Amino acid sequence: MLSMQDLSKTFTTDSVQTHALRDFTLHVNEGEFVAVTGPSGSGKTTFLNIAGLLESFNSGQYILDGHDVSHLTDSQRSKVRNEKIGFIFQNFNLIPDLNLYDNVDVPLRYRGFNGAERKRRIEEGLAQVGLSGRMKHLPSQLSGGQQQRVAIARALAGDPRFILADEPTGNLDSEMAQSVMQLLQAINQQGTTIVMVTHDPALAAQAGRNIFVQDGRVHEEASLC
Amino acid sequence: MLSYYSQLGLRSLRRSPLLSSLMILAIALGISASVSVATVNHLMSSNPIPHKSEQLYYVQLDSWSPFEPAREPNEPPDQITWTDALNLMEASAGLRQSAMASSGAVLEPSDPDQNPFMVSLRLNFSDFFALFDTPFLYGSGWQREDDEQRAYVAVITRAMNDRLFGGENSVGETITLAGKPFRVVGVLDTWQPVPKFYDVTVGAFNTAEDVFIPFYMKQQLELSNGGNTNCWKSPDGEGFEAFLNSECVNYQFWVELPTEGDKAAYINFLNSYVEQQKQLGRFERPLNNRLSNVMQWLENEEVVADDAQIMLYMAFMFLFVCLVNTVGLLLAKFAGKTPEIALRRAVGASRKDIFIQHMIESACIGILGGLLGLLMTLGGLEAIKQLYGDYMQNLVKLDLTMIAFAIILSLLSSLLAGLYPTWRACAVQPASQLKL
Repeated sequence: MLSMQDLSKTFTTDSVQTHALRDFTLHVNEGEFVAVTGPSGSGKTTFLNIAGLLESFNSGQYILDGHDVSHLTDSQRSKVRNEKIGFIFQNFNLIPDLNLYDNVDVPLRYRGFNGAERKRRIEEGLAQVGLSGRMKHLPSQLSGGQQQRVAIARALAGDPRFILADEPTGNLDSEMAQSVMQLLQAINQQGTTIVMVTHDPALAAQAGRNIFVQDGRVHEEASLC
Repeated sequence: MLSYYSQLGLRSLRRSPLLSSLMILAIALGISASVSVATVNHLMSSNPIPHKSEQLYYVQLDSWSPFEPAREPNEPPDQITWTDALNLMEASAGLRQSAMASSGAVLEPSDPDQNPFMVSLRLNFSDFFALFDTPFLYGSGWQREDDEQRAYVAVITRAMNDRLFGGENSVGETITLAGKPFRVVGVLDTWQPVPKFYDVTVGAFNTAEDVFIPFYMKQQLELSNGGNTNCWKSPDGEGFEAFLNSECVNYQFWVELPTEGDKAAYINFLNSYVEQQKQLGRFERPLNNRLSNVMQWLENEEVVADDAQIMLYMAFMFLFVCLVNTVGLLLAKFAGKTPEIALRRAVGASRKDIFIQHMIESACIGILGGLLGLLMTLGGLEAIKQLYGDYMQNLVKLDLTMIAFAIILSLLSSLLAGLYPTWRACAVQPASQLKL
């Protein structure tokens, strides 16, 4: 599903070179739920950015869903992101002046679906996260947990092959966090591959597989199941 | 997607109403200033008789002093003498031709309740009306026989007909001009060529004359000269006849020459005529006859004044300043949208999608600015009219061409202003904006 082999990423300023990833190697199989943990500055964010095709890398190979995505053009990367990857952000990143329906609609617009197909997917997505009665609400009218559910509906609307989640419960209280976690597990059980970055060992423990990143490398990998 | 982008654009404008209003106002001000001035220039430089302007020629003969040209560097006078006007008419070498002049006289209405008043006169030959395709509400122009017989006939304008006869068909009625009774043979429908090309010496943007009467009435009624009269030597003798037969120029001459061959033949005719006159002791300068079609003549007479051109440049400079301001405001606006742009990029929007979305948002600003600018233009033109009075009456009409010009200009301006901010928006790196 996701295969990174000896990936390296270096950030260079005028005077300093920072090695964010060094020979980073990771293989995620289809249907897995992988939790990524590690200290701040370890390279987790860089890994997620590269995995989500939001950032390029200096060397190595990245194969996503059987295709080498190491050398795609900007528009090809946009297309892959749109069709194969769903993003869940810590800060939800909903567009404040769009209602829930229109927020979930955003990725579908770039997919080229017709109106009826988009409507079906949006309604199904919002129903799946338990918000079908609030389609016309603005994000500001929802709680944090509900906003994250909208973000999950948006990530799921395009039927992605895998979901990248960055601290999806980081801004939620423990009750809401658990609720979101249960939702992610349900999604994973339906076959969607999930890679989740978290600082919370308890949440990481609920994932099927746990990897630890330190100094830009997959330092330790432990199967929790 | 275009309708989606348009919705997003309008939604984005509503999201920051103050910033959006400032941008729309900046575009509107620039458009208003430039379109107001461009409208005046457009009308000043428009073709007043487009279907015929290539066939109508203004005649200039260099009857001026042997010692200096009428105008540097070697321009012939812009009018001709009475003698030459009559000689050219008698030769009748063109398809149609008319000598003409302006004058004025007192008109005494037949209604005793109305007081006499001054009217402006155009003295011309019968061909004048066909030459310039003047529209008639009632009747027609007079006949050639009327010219020859010096008949007391007149054509009046629609406005004059409204004033004297309450808009009724006045053909056959009598008006008293300069103490003489004239039979009305025709009433012109609204006819106001802009510029008033057939005689720019009395103001290229003045209204057409009130009454048209045969050219020979000048002599018959000893009518005063209107417009400019220029002389390079004093008349040989005293009195009106001596003045008429002098070398003073006060008459315009237009001829219709449908083909290039006709034009060449007419130039030959003019040269032959001048050679003949030289043998009579006139035309002491080298041959320097001119035929100018309508647009050449307007250019020659500098109908669009230099200061009008300077005003136009200044107005467009002002638009440019407004655009620079709009660029700054758009930069601020799009900078505020960076998280949304990053999110859209992350979920699948390409740079092209972001580019189109933001250019359409810029276009929305341009269209709204253009519409507001048009309203302000109407106000601006009204202000110009109030400021300059009747002189500008015919130059401050916003026609369809200028409305289209305003919309297109505002659209192009806003797209131009939006280019750099949009390019910046496209360059947003989603990874740097999204905590992932």
